[in-house]
Amino acid sequence: MSDHNYVPESKVGKWFNDRLPLLSLGAHLREYPTPKNLNYWWTFGGILTFCLITQIVTGIVLAMHYVAHADLAFESVEKIMRDVNYGWLIRYIHSNGASMFFLAVYIHIFRSLFYGSYKSPRELIWIIGMIIYILMMAAAFMGYVLPWGQMSFWGATVITNLFSAIPLVGESIVTWLWGGYSVDNPTLNRFFSLHYLIPFLILGLVVLHIWALHVPGNNNPVGIDIKKPSKDTVPFHPYITVKDIFALLMFMIIFAGFVFFSPNVLGHSDNYIPANPMVTPAHIVPEWYLLPFYAILRSVPDKLGGVLLMFGALFVLIILPWLDTSKIRSAVFRPLYRQFFWILVIDVLALGYLGAMPAEGTYLFLARVSTVYYFLHFLVILPVLGFLEKTDPLPASISEPVLTGGLSTSAAKSDDIK
Amino acid sequence: MSKQEDKKNRRDFLFTASYTVGAVGLGATIWPLIHQMNPDESVKALATTEVDVSQVAPGKSITVLWRGKPVFIKRRTPEEIAEVRAVDLKDLKDPQKDEDRAKNPEWLVMLGVCTHLGCVPLADKGDFKGWFCPCHGSHYDGSGRIRKGPAPVNMEIPEYEFVDSNTIKIG
Amino acid sequence: MTLNRLIKLTLSILFVVLFSSKSFAAGSNIENLKVDWSFAGITGKFDRSSLQRGYQVYKEVCASCHSMQYLSFRNLGEKGGPEFSEEEVKAIAAGYEVNDGPNSDGEMFTRPGRASDKFVKPYPNVNAAMAANGGAYPPDLSVIVKARSGGANYIYSLLMGYEEKPADFVLDEGVYYNKYMEGNKIKMPAPLSDNLIEYSDGTKASLDQLSKDVTTFLTWAAEPHLEARHKTGTKVIIYLILLATLVYFSMKKIWLRVDSEK
Repeated sequence: MSDHNYVPESKVGKWFNDRLPLLSLGAHLREYPTPKNLNYWWTFGGILTFCLITQIVTGIVLAMHYVAHADLAFESVEKIMRDVNYGWLIRYIHSNGASMFFLAVYIHIFRSLFYGSYKSPRELIWIIGMIIYILMMAAAFMGYVLPWGQMSFWGATVITNLFSAIPLVGESIVTWLWGGYSVDNPTLNRFFSLHYLIPFLILGLVVLHIWALHVPGNNNPVGIDIKKPSKDTVPFHPYITVKDIFALLMFMIIFAGFVFFSPNVLGHSDNYIPANPMVTPAHIVPEWYLLPFYAILRSVPDKLGGVLLMFGALFVLIILPWLDTSKIRSAVFRPLYRQFFWILVIDVLALGYLGAMPAEGTYLFLARVSTVYYFLHFLVILPVLGFLEKTDPLPASISEPVLTGGLSTSAAKSDDIK
Repeated sequence: MSKQEDKKNRRDFLFTASYTVGAVGLGATIWPLIHQMNPDESVKALATTEVDVSQVAPGKSITVLWRGKPVFIKRRTPEEIAEVRAVDLKDLKDPQKDEDRAKNPEWLVMLGVCTHLGCVPLADKGDFKGWFCPCHGSHYDGSGRIRKGPAPVNMEIPEYEFVDSNTIKIG
Repeated sequence: MTLNRLIKLTLSILFVVLFSSKSFAAGSNIENLKVDWSFAGITGKFDRSSLQRGYQVYKEVCASCHSMQYLSFRNLGEKGGPEFSEEEVKAIAAGYEVNDGPNSDGEMFTRPGRASDKFVKPYPNVNAAMAANGGAYPPDLSVIVKARSGGANYIYSLLMGYEEKPADFVLDEGVYYNKYMEGNKIKMPAPLSDNLIEYSDGTKASLDQLSKDVTTFLTWAAEPHLEARHKTGTKVIIYLILLATLVYFSMKKIWLRVDSEK
């Protein structure tokens, strides 16, 4: 992959690098030509890496004290909160860290949707990213079961029961998942094992994700191809590293706000009630980051239909590079697509809100409307728009809008710091 | 100093300051991750234990669990005390007077853990009227001092005190 | 997105987070009574004497039915809580008989409590608790403030919310009317009333005072490290703002090199 002719300065460095080119890799990452017009929406990749490492480190530490047994799990979490040195801090970082992780991933995904980062030649980066997203949801779902509160238990029951919708083999699959005839200790144990495993699968996929990115190089707000290196690029270090660190610090301020001052606001109070198989909570809700899918699931009165539609919602995202027929990448130059993008954002936020509401009456009706619109956006609007939309003319280079005062609305204003 | 150099110095100071402040934060972050492995509050609360020894007859001993390890509490007879105090320090691998090990000579309170590799020695066995460790053949005397075998030092005396004539507080 | 907008966005999200203490769960219809709790807000702290009185209320009124199984007697002496002295904690613990064993004869026995022991449960298990309370389980109170939407305000309102039922409201035997309980039916009779107990510090034990004190105590029980959390949080956020400022100016200096060569 490297066209570097990097030679380490020290003899030891050269000896090592000849046998395992880690120093060459380091040089490549330092020099990696990055478009100089990247804005703050591009800092979320680095932020996500921080989130993954935070979850892994706090998770491994929590696993030193947590007991994955139905009779002891809830109590072990309380012990962490009360007796373990800084246990309360590590636990709250881990639980709020999951929310921050999803906040960042949604911003990261919507950045790609707006700027066309999923389009050729970056389709595989997008697909690997989707797999990472799915694994994140699996890890988060199983992680939420571990404290063995009421929501842990009943959320697990509802979601694992969905698999019974599969014809013929559904019931067997559910029994297999449970390791018994209901969600119980065997289920908890295996969820703990898999919850520990998945972040490392994600870590591997993130390496592939970044590797695949480094082949074509980053997309940029204007969406046009650039030569690298050139006057349009800057070396990753120090220009992008310092910007990523600054954005990360702003992100950490919000993270700290939650951890230290509102650590339970994103959660559900029912999860502080120990799991009781005899009593179902009045409203079973997943964590906020899964709500849009929950809304889609409940829109369909048929169990199998709901499951298929929920997976379908993910599927249309995965095949997005082939649904969007527009030759123009960035929404900056696609005035019509831009409007539909923001409507999609509102639609997803609506689905999220409705997922937290009871699935009846007006709420259910609106959830259905929002679900239909979601699929309409991907399956009808995007393919059609590619052909019908009159796009704005693209600039010749990314430096040009700065010099000539710009053709598009997002052209750099002189006090803008991108 | 030229304006260019001046600017460069200010810039370097800024970078140095950023790195330094950043490093402080990193250190502050690492500490909780390390400290959480230290004994937690519930473990520290069990760090002391009170033992009722009113039922222990002279010549008999009991074993209690303290901080996860066995503690031998032996009530010694006058003969046993005299014998153990008559030992010449030159004969000891780890010279220590019995008076320094058992302030109240009637009671020997010590960690029942062999100082060789951690096995629990057996009472009233061995060549020195004390304890014998079956793992590698260490012999201890009636004061818990190593007399023969691979153990390097005498069995450890924990911190303890008599809160009243019937109760020993260990730890 | 411009830098200014990024900063404004960050600060506004932070503002919302810091000053919102309600959870987003769908709760009951009626608004809870609101109290200006000393522990609320980013600088919140517990009132020590209120905590000690609250413990007295728990011990003399609630503990006959409600366990607090995740608390130990030593917690009563730890920093950030009621902060009873070491002697007081020992005395409180010693006032209880605690199960222990088996002894060397293989028998279970009881002994006076120590600081390291957990709070004694009124019933040996959940079934016994239900049987003794008309089939309803008096919930464990260790984390009750976090386990109810509305938190401390809800618990306080519940304790204050026993009223005459509306004329047409049907209540079974052993069920009581409460204004704030979901569905308005509760199996616990009003646990508190004016002068129900005599506070050892002489404070007037009105229903309002009893409710406030026990709610404060229960909030501490659910969040014993609240004060440390607030203190650390303030330091962390100030530190992050400081570091972000330094990094911001570093970033501007670095990027000058690009903007200068066009």
